[in-house]
Amino acid sequence: MTSVLDPGALSAQAPPRPEPLAPFADVTRSDAAVRAFLHGLPGVDQVGAEARVAVLGSRSIKTTAKAWAIDTAISMVDLTTLEGADTPGKVRSLAAKARRPDPGDPTTPPVAAVCVYGDLASVAKQALEGTAIKVAAVATAFPSGRASRAVKLADVRDAVAGGADEIDMVIDRGAFLAGRHLDVYDEIVAVKEACGDAHLKVILETGELVTLDAVRRASWLAMLAGGDFIKTSTGKVSPAATLPVCLVMMEAVRDFRAVTGRQVGVKPAGGIRTTKDAVKHLVLVNEVAGPDWLSPDWFRFGASSLLNDLLLQRQKLRTGHYSGPDHVTID
Amino acid sequence: MNDRLAVRKTYKLYVNGAFPRSESGRTYEVTDAKGHFLANAARASRKDARDAVVAARGAFAKWSAATAYNRGQVLYRVAEVMEGRHVQFCEEVAAGEGLSQSRARAAVDAAIDRWVWYAGWTDKLGAVLGGANPVAGPYFDFSLPEPTGVVAVLAPQRSSLLGLVSVLAPVLAGGNTAVVVTSHQRPLPAVTLGEVLATSDVPAGVVNLLTGDAGEIGPWLAEHDDVDAVDLTGAPAARALELERQAAGSIKRVVRPPAEEPDWAADPGLSRLTPFLETKTVWHPMGL
Repeated sequence: MTSVLDPGALSAQAPPRPEPLAPFADVTRSDAAVRAFLHGLPGVDQVGAEARVAVLGSRSIKTTAKAWAIDTAISMVDLTTLEGADTPGKVRSLAAKARRPDPGDPTTPPVAAVCVYGDLASVAKQALEGTAIKVAAVATAFPSGRASRAVKLADVRDAVAGGADEIDMVIDRGAFLAGRHLDVYDEIVAVKEACGDAHLKVILETGELVTLDAVRRASWLAMLAGGDFIKTSTGKVSPAATLPVCLVMMEAVRDFRAVTGRQVGVKPAGGIRTTKDAVKHLVLVNEVAGPDWLSPDWFRFGASSLLNDLLLQRQKLRTGHYSGPDHVTID
Repeated sequence: MNDRLAVRKTYKLYVNGAFPRSESGRTYEVTDAKGHFLANAARASRKDARDAVVAARGAFAKWSAATAYNRGQVLYRVAEVMEGRHVQFCEEVAAGEGLSQSRARAAVDAAIDRWVWYAGWTDKLGAVLGGANPVAGPYFDFSLPEPTGVVAVLAPQRSSLLGLVSVLAPVLAGGNTAVVVTSHQRPLPAVTLGEVLATSDVPAGVVNLLTGDAGEIGPWLAEHDDVDAVDLTGAPAARALELERQAAGSIKRVVRPPAEEPDWAADPGLSRLTPFLETKTVWHPMGL
């Protein structure tokens, strides 16, 4: 690990660019080319996007469809703890909850992944041994992303060495907003390489990108650079995942697959707390990108309190009466 | 001749300090004792009851932790604001219950006095119901009354204000939060009480008032896992046993309905305070 921080190693470390995707071979040739491409993307009609999510959000999902939606949403949850006060014990208890979210009902599906800081990835890995539940680790100086590239890559390698199956990286929003798109692209490429076999989720932090146009550009940039998932937010900035943002990102992955044939997943994170919110997102996924994305391989919820609300709703459907917060774990 | 257009009223619920319409969008007509139209009231659904329980649970931590003195002050302030609405209460009680003006005034006076009386009880419960217990060992041993939690109240069907105050105020005085289903035929004094509560110092969510049918909403509240106690005073007589059975599923405190609606003007004593209080006993080593 120290060799990465050695200045000598740094200069030798310009990663070879991978073969760009065929239709976009020229796009990442220079900063000007990237900018021309990204700004050539059609603008987002913000009013239209808000109207569309409002209409989709008003759909009534009841009975068997609701039961399906709740179980699907549970299986898509990245159960997350990203606090300064996290301990191995907290991660282990979270892992126990991930395996069996509702101990009173063994038919409840397990969640998709447990998302922790990189230094706790090995604890999570150990606690989840023998299950299909993935370990996701945030890296690259999460949540601000303000560190040198060498430190960010070391952060990634450390998390991968700890057993992380998925890496959640943050983009350099400062560089992106300043128009240094190629820097952002190169960084994602370098992180992807450092990930090895681990899946890479690219956090755009849409709350700091401000406009939906910027969200669309950042989504394309992350997909061009090889991200396996694009993720809305760190959860540390408000606003986090909103439905219009998710709509734009779902459109981006749909269009990207149409052109390149490569499918990229989407993960809204932060601010999704209720079953109703989750169901609205699932409707959006189905209507915008299509049912191909309705699986934990292609769509995730980054959340902690959402799971409890899903479990309460599940208990309500099962027993026929309302449940209460005494009947789920606190964390 | 007054040719001013009448302002027709459609009242709403009182949940979490706000006045939402029923989630179901339903309303029903409220008539006076002779069957003349008075106003429209919201007809609460089970989802309104669910939202009200969430609000009451959210408000419980702060209200139950407020000092008894503070709770007494807040409740006394409610009585003050009620006094300011005296005329309105009298009109609504007279119309709804078919009482003469003087008897309606007596009922409203009694209701406000009852509220003041319960406001005075907040800081006396500890001394009257708790105390130091003599134990065979070197310990100080104290018993203290603590609030039960979220209480669902099916308010009396006939006495629309005095009865309502008589079941609601003791729940609050002990430090509980309440979800109240008001009298179905006579909800207007309860609606006005909601306006009183919203403009006094009672924190949002401590009292939630649902106008509608206790027979419809009652079972959802009785079965709700996050409701700690249920007062069945205003439950339909035929449904009471079933409601008790439903409440047993989550081990609730249950106040059974009286055989018929009592005379609310009588001195209630502590009979409505103690059902919603739990006794906590603390053992403390005496030292040397």
